[in-house]
Amino acid sequence: MPDALFEYLLRLGDNTLVLGHRISEWCGKAPILEEDIALANTALDLMGQTQLWLGLAAEVESKGRSADDLAFLRDVWDFRNVLMVERPNGDFGHTIMRQFLFDAFHLPLLDGLQNSSDQRVAEIAEKSVKEASYHLERSADTVIALGDGTEESHRRMQSALDLLWPFSGEMFLTDAVDDALLVSGIAPDLSQIKPIWSKTVEKTLREATLTTPEDDFAHSGGKTGRQHTEDLGHMLAQMQWLQRAYPGASW
Amino acid sequence: MYAQLVKSSGKGVKSLEEMDPQERAFQQRIDAGDKIEPKDWMPDGYRKNLIRQIGQHAHSEIVGQLPEGNWITRAPTLERKAILLAKVQDEAGHGLYLYCAAETLGVTRDELFEMLNNGKMKYSSIFNYPTLTWADMGAVGWLVDGAAIMNQVPLQRTSYGPYARAMIRICKEESFHQRQGFDIMMKMANGSEAQKKMAQDALNRFWFPSLMMFGPSDKESVHSAQSMAWKIKMNTNDELRQKFVDQTAPQAEYLGLTVPDETLRWNEEKGGYDFAEPDWNEFFDVIKGNGPCNTDRLNARRKAWDEGAWVREAMLAHAEKKRAAKLAAE
Repeated sequence: MPDALFEYLLRLGDNTLVLGHRISEWCGKAPILEEDIALANTALDLMGQTQLWLGLAAEVESKGRSADDLAFLRDVWDFRNVLMVERPNGDFGHTIMRQFLFDAFHLPLLDGLQNSSDQRVAEIAEKSVKEASYHLERSADTVIALGDGTEESHRRMQSALDLLWPFSGEMFLTDAVDDALLVSGIAPDLSQIKPIWSKTVEKTLREATLTTPEDDFAHSGGKTGRQHTEDLGHMLAQMQWLQRAYPGASW
Repeated sequence: MYAQLVKSSGKGVKSLEEMDPQERAFQQRIDAGDKIEPKDWMPDGYRKNLIRQIGQHAHSEIVGQLPEGNWITRAPTLERKAILLAKVQDEAGHGLYLYCAAETLGVTRDELFEMLNNGKMKYSSIFNYPTLTWADMGAVGWLVDGAAIMNQVPLQRTSYGPYARAMIRICKEESFHQRQGFDIMMKMANGSEAQKKMAQDALNRFWFPSLMMFGPSDKESVHSAQSMAWKIKMNTNDELRQKFVDQTAPQAEYLGLTVPDETLRWNEEKGGYDFAEPDWNEFFDVIKGNGPCNTDRLNARRKAWDEGAWVREAMLAHAEKKRAAKLAAE
């Protein structure tokens, strides 16, 4: 699979791009000033990682496209992020729950990628893993505080978890791209990341006094690009507007 | 920046002879360049004035996130998005230092938020103007942060220690923001016809509101005289405005943009530019709540505050439970 690495890098870069964009929508509107700062900080980290992953994707593709071309000039069907990260923010609890479910996956994934046989991938992972570790610490703590806090916050967090749960499984679904990268030693085995994720999630949800949903149905189609949600098109309409409206301009 | 219309509660400046001994000693410390610290005695008027000024400044940082946040999701490149995010994050951080500085004077952050939300405290009128194109992100950095720096650099020497120290940290970051803003303007001014148009339009809309940021002329104001005697205001509004125009007019020329003031010209004799005053009626309208975005900005803040209530309550409740559990274990 000659394009497997390119596809894989898009998955990594689109996850951080789309989630970073979603979080940046909170700017100036968080419940507490410290949360405003933390959300902006997380979004900033994710945008930085996006620049690196999509930059490498562009390099690997070697068709003269840049990271910006990939971010701003691809259409919905070419995006490779998991569906969960493109879901709208909802309330603060929903945003934090989505962040937590992603962080709990992102950290072990990056940890594994540090040992990638591709030096460039390993370097980006090494830089990103520190950020992801901080993100997880923070989102897990917040999930615990809000799950445990008051009756209302508990109810909101449980409802966020129930809504997001069917979107969490896609992170661990594998296809030919994952298989090819696993064989070449570029990417870690997702079946080994899953138990790490489950352990973090179970531990955190227990502390947060939340009930893990039993249904393991997983929506899919994001990371393969087969079928995104309606929400992604709206996000891209906003995110890509300037580049699309004024083609070729330098900003 | 951002404290453009703070009325002091004093009735004009007393001479040292008119002051009681405690007040005189206080004024002499200020005259000698001492810093006043939170636990030191201070006149009520000094405390009240500072709370208003620092509070207004803090609120401006917080409300100021909104017009820029308006473009974060439409930033044209990954790098621009990251720079803008970093800037807005800095501003929230500035808000935090300033609320902390205000808290040392005996007011809580929640009380200050309450006063912002119910309109008892103001924020800079500049944030009641809309950001309509990407060039506005350049103009806000170049002009608005530029004007803010003019105001804030002298405040690094202000008499109240926590305020002066907050200002030192803030100024470093603001200069960086201004350079980023100018960089956006340069790209736009040297870009396509459409981009040049956006840049000129942004300058047209932000020029006079930026001049207003220094507040109306205060040469004769007793309030200003008192604030200057207390060294919580270091220059008159007119001095700072002049300095701003002198710095900015040549930059506009360098960009190939036209300042929307036909009377703007260099005056060799005074060694500065002559320029037109902004429309002060518009300024007072905006201060009164009739600016283009007053309602939206305040509603956005109120909505954030109201919708976040459950989060704040939950975090307190969780912290309380943890504390109780720890006590029980001991």
